[in-house]
Amino acid sequence: MLMKSPKTEAAIGLTMSRLEALEKASGAAAFTEDMTLPGMLHGALVLSPHAHARILGYDLSRALALPGVKAVITGAEIGRRYMGLVVKDETALAVDKVRYIGEPVAAVAAIDVATARAAAALVEVEYEPLPAVFTIEEAIAEGAPILHEDFASYFKIYDASTCRLPNELTRSEIILGDVAKGFAECDVVVERVYETAAQNHIYMEPCAALAAVDGRGKVTVWSSTQSVFRTQANVHESLGIPMARIRSVVPRVGGGFGGKSEATVQPVAAALALKTGRPVRVVLSREEDMITMRARHPARMRVKTGARRDGTLVAREFEAWFDGGAYADDSPAVLNFAMFFAGGPYRFEHVRVEGHAIYTNKLRAGAFRGFGNPQATFASESQIDEIARELGMDPLELRLKNIVKPGDRWLGGQTLATSGLEACIDKVIDASRWRERHGSPLPAPAGKRRGLGLTLTAHVCGFLSTSAIVRLAEDGSVTLNTGAVDLGQGSDTVLSQMCAAGLGLGVDDVNFVAPDTDASPYNSGTNCSRVTYMVGRAVGEATQAVQAKMAKIAARILECPEDDVELLPGGLMGVAGSNRTVSFKEIAARSLWFADGGGPVIGSGSIMHNEPLDPKHTLLSGMVSFHNVGAFIFGAQVAEVEIDEVTGKVDIVEAWCAHDVGRAVNPGAVEGQIQGGFVQGAGYALSEEMLWKGGRLINPSLSDYKIPCALDVPYEIRSFVVEVPDPTHPFGAKGVGEPPLIGAGPVIANAIADAGFRVRRLPITPERMLRAMLNGEDGVDV
Amino acid sequence: MSDAVLVSLSINDEVRPVAIPIDRTLLDVLREDLRLTGAKRACEAGACGACNVLIDGHTARSCLTLAADLEGCAVRTIEGLAQDGVPSVVQQAFLDAGAIQCGFCMPGMIMSATELLADNPSPTIAEIRTGISGNLCRCSGYVKVIEAIALAARRLAPSRPMAAAS
Ligand code: FES
Ligand code: FES
Repeated sequence: MLMKSPKTEAAIGLTMSRLEALEKASGAAAFTEDMTLPGMLHGALVLSPHAHARILGYDLSRALALPGVKAVITGAEIGRRYMGLVVKDETALAVDKVRYIGEPVAAVAAIDVATARAAAALVEVEYEPLPAVFTIEEAIAEGAPILHEDFASYFKIYDASTCRLPNELTRSEIILGDVAKGFAECDVVVERVYETAAQNHIYMEPCAALAAVDGRGKVTVWSSTQSVFRTQANVHESLGIPMARIRSVVPRVGGGFGGKSEATVQPVAAALALKTGRPVRVVLSREEDMITMRARHPARMRVKTGARRDGTLVAREFEAWFDGGAYADDSPAVLNFAMFFAGGPYRFEHVRVEGHAIYTNKLRAGAFRGFGNPQATFASESQIDEIARELGMDPLELRLKNIVKPGDRWLGGQTLATSGLEACIDKVIDASRWRERHGSPLPAPAGKRRGLGLTLTAHVCGFLSTSAIVRLAEDGSVTLNTGAVDLGQGSDTVLSQMCAAGLGLGVDDVNFVAPDTDASPYNSGTNCSRVTYMVGRAVGEATQAVQAKMAKIAARILECPEDDVELLPGGLMGVAGSNRTVSFKEIAARSLWFADGGGPVIGSGSIMHNEPLDPKHTLLSGMVSFHNVGAFIFGAQVAEVEIDEVTGKVDIVEAWCAHDVGRAVNPGAVEGQIQGGFVQGAGYALSEEMLWKGGRLINPSLSDYKIPCALDVPYEIRSFVVEVPDPTHPFGAKGVGEPPLIGAGPVIANAIADAGFRVRRLPITPERMLRAMLNGEDGVDV
Repeated sequence: MSDAVLVSLSINDEVRPVAIPIDRTLLDVLREDLRLTGAKRACEAGACGACNVLIDGHTARSCLTLAADLEGCAVRTIEGLAQDGVPSVVQQAFLDAGAIQCGFCMPGMIMSATELLADNPSPTIAEIRTGISGNLCRCSGYVKVIEAIALAARRLAPSRPMAAAS
C-alpha cells in the first residue's frame, strides 16, 4: 500500500509550467530537425505517381551520377519485410507494387537536402498502372481490383476470417440483446446516415528521423515519435535488424496526435545510414507529410435509434464503414474502438454494431486523437438530438433520463467503476444557462442565426502495457524513467509530479529521464489518453516499491519496527507518533555503503490493465482484443454558434467543455488539453477535409487545408475540470487528451441544428451550410 | 548553385559577413549555416508563422525572405530575445500562462507577440487574436496564448488599465 497523506502529495493538483517550457520559449529546445551529427547526410524520398501500379524496374544511374549523391535504396533492395501493429502488411519502401499516390518507393542520401531532392527526381521507376479504387463502394464492388493479394497470409492480431468483401480488412460485430425485438417495442425510430471526412494531423513538426550507425553495426534513431519502442519494433521488422542492434531515442516532439504512433521515416533513415555508414537525416516537407503519412478515417455510418414515447432509449443499430486507405496501420483497432462507443453513454437494452474497414488506393488512415470515437460520437450524439426532436423532448432531458451510472455495464460487459458524467453535465448546463436559453430562438445580429447545442462524450484511457523505474540517488533525490514520450501535452511534467507525490518530494527532486530503448523500461506509446492513467499507475507502483525498501532501511536506522515507519514530506521518513526522522539522503547512503543496507534502492512498476469482456453479456466477433481498455472517462460540452445566412460561414461564439479527469495532477495542463482538443475538433467540424481527385490529394498545404487560426475560434472556450477520483490510480487521475476533440463535431452540429438545420456530414463548410439552409438539412439518404 | 553575394548580416546584434547564394532563404541561413535552429520549418510556404523572425522590428516569414536582401537590416530571432540569460517579458508570460505545449510554433508565436506589443502596448483580446492570426498552433487552442500576451501587456504597462485584463 502506498504510504501517502495530503502533505506528501503537495505536487498533485499543482499548476506548474512544463519542465522544458523555458527551453521551448527560448528557441533552445532541440527537435529532430534541429540535430546534426558530424558527416551527416540528408535523405529524400521518391514518391509514387500512381495510385495502383506494379513496379517493373528501376533505373538509378542518373540519380547516382549526380555529384554529392551517396546512396539510393529501393524497396526491392530491402525486400518484403512487413511491419505493422495490428496487421503486418507494410514495408519501409514499396515492394513489387505501389498502392497510393505518394507512397515511398525509393530513397536517396546526399550531402545536402537540395542534392538529395534533385537526385530523387532523377530516380526512374518503371510502372505498369493497375486499375485503382478510391471509394469504399468501388473497393467492395464485385470484381474490384485487389490491393493486397496476400492479405490472407499477413500476420494479424485479430480474427480477419469474418471478412467477406473484396478489399475488406476488418469486419466486426457487437451484439447486445436483440435489436429487432427492441425496435418492435419502440414508439419512435429514427434512422440516418452520417459522414465524416479525412482529417490530417497537422502536427506542426513534420515527420523527421536521424539515424547513425556505430562500429558494431548498431543503429541509433532519433525521431519525432510517439513511442520509442514502437519505432524500435518497426525498424526491426522492416529492416530485419535484431532489436539488440537498434536504439530508439526521442528529442522534443512537435505534436503527434496519433500520427506518429507507428513508423514514419525512421526505417528509411536507418536503411540509408546502414548503407552509407554515415548519419542520415530525413525530414519531410509539409506537402510530403500530408501526401505520404496518414489521416483520420473518412467514415460513413448508418445509425438507427428507437425510443419509447416517455423518452426511454431502447435499441440502437450502428453500421460503420471506415475507409482505411492503402495500408491497415491501426485501422482494425480504430474501427473497433468506434464500435465500442456506438451506443454512447446510454442504457440501451439492445445494440447491434457492425463495422467494416476497407482498403482503398489512398493515403493510409490510422490513429488520430479520438481513435474512431470522433466519428462514432458525431453520429451517435447527432442522432440523440434527432430523436429528442421526434419525441418533442429537450435533448438535455432525454440524455439525463438515459445516461449510464456507476455499476452499469458497457457494451462488452465491463462495469463502470465511477462516473463524473452527471457532474460534467451540471457544469456546462449551468455555465451556459441552458435551461433559460435553450428552446427559444437565441438573439442574433441581423443576417445571422444562433443555436445552442449539447453533446456528451464517453471514452476510455488505458490500453496496453507500461512500466516505470524509480531510483534513489545518493543525495536523496530520485530518477524517474518510464519510456513514455511527451508529445507536448505535458506528460514529463505530470509524471514527475506523480513521482514526487509518491515520495513526498518536490518536483525539482525528480530527475526525469528522456525515453531511450537502451535504458528505459517498456511503454507501448503515448496514445489513447493513456499516459497519466497507465504510466501514472506504473509510477505509483514504482514509488511504492521504493518506499518499501526505504522503510526497511529507515527502520534499521531509527531502531523501530518497519510498520511504524511513515513517509514525511521533504525527503524524510519518521517513526509514527514521534519526532524522530531520517532523511532520504541517509537512507541512500546506508543502502549504498553499509553491509546491512541492502544495496541500491530501485523500485519498478509494471502494468497491464486486465478487465475481461463478458461473452455472456455481449457477443463479439472479428474484433481486436478489448480486455485492457482501462478506465472510462466522460464529459459534456455545450456550444453556441452563429451562422451567417449569406455566406454560410459558421462561427463558434462560446463553448463550455467539462471533462472528468479523476483528479487533475496539473490543472493548467488539463485546461490546455481541453482548449487545444476542442479547437482541433472545431477544425474537424467546420473546415478540415483532405480532398482527393483520382487518387491525388489536391490540398496538401496549409493554405489549401485550413486548420483553425486564432480568428477562427473564440477566446471564450470555457474549460471545467471535474474530479471524480478513479479507484485504480494511485492519485485518482485519468486521461483527458482525446475527449475534448471528440465532442466538438457533434456539439457544433447540434448547435447548428438548433438554429434550424441538421447537417449530417463533417466538415460543415460554408458550401454545405448554404445547401443545408436551402434544403433545411444536408446529408445523404439512408 | 546560384551566385553568392557577400552580405554583412546583423543577427541578434552581431554583425557577420556571410556569403549567401541569392536564392537562399533566411530560414536556411539561420538554421543550416548559422545553426540558429529556434526558427522552425513547418510549411516553408508562408502559411504558418513558425519561422517568424523580426526584421527591423517587424515580423517576417524567414522561409519567404531571401537572406541576400538583408544587408543593413537588423534581424532578431527567438534566440536574441533574452537579455543576459533572462527571458523577455513576453517569453516569461508564455511560461507563466502555461501557453507552451509542444512548443514547435512558439518561437514564431513569441516573435509575433513581441511585435504586437511593441506596436500596441494595450491590445484588446480581439487585437491579440488578429495579431497572432498568422501563427498556426495545433496544440493550444490559442486561449492560453492570448492570456500570455495579455499578461505580458499588463506587465509591460502595469499602470495602464487593460482592456484585455479581464
Ligand atoms: S515555415 Fe515559414 S510560414 Fe511556415
Ligand atoms: S504548442 Fe504545439 S503547435 Fe503550438
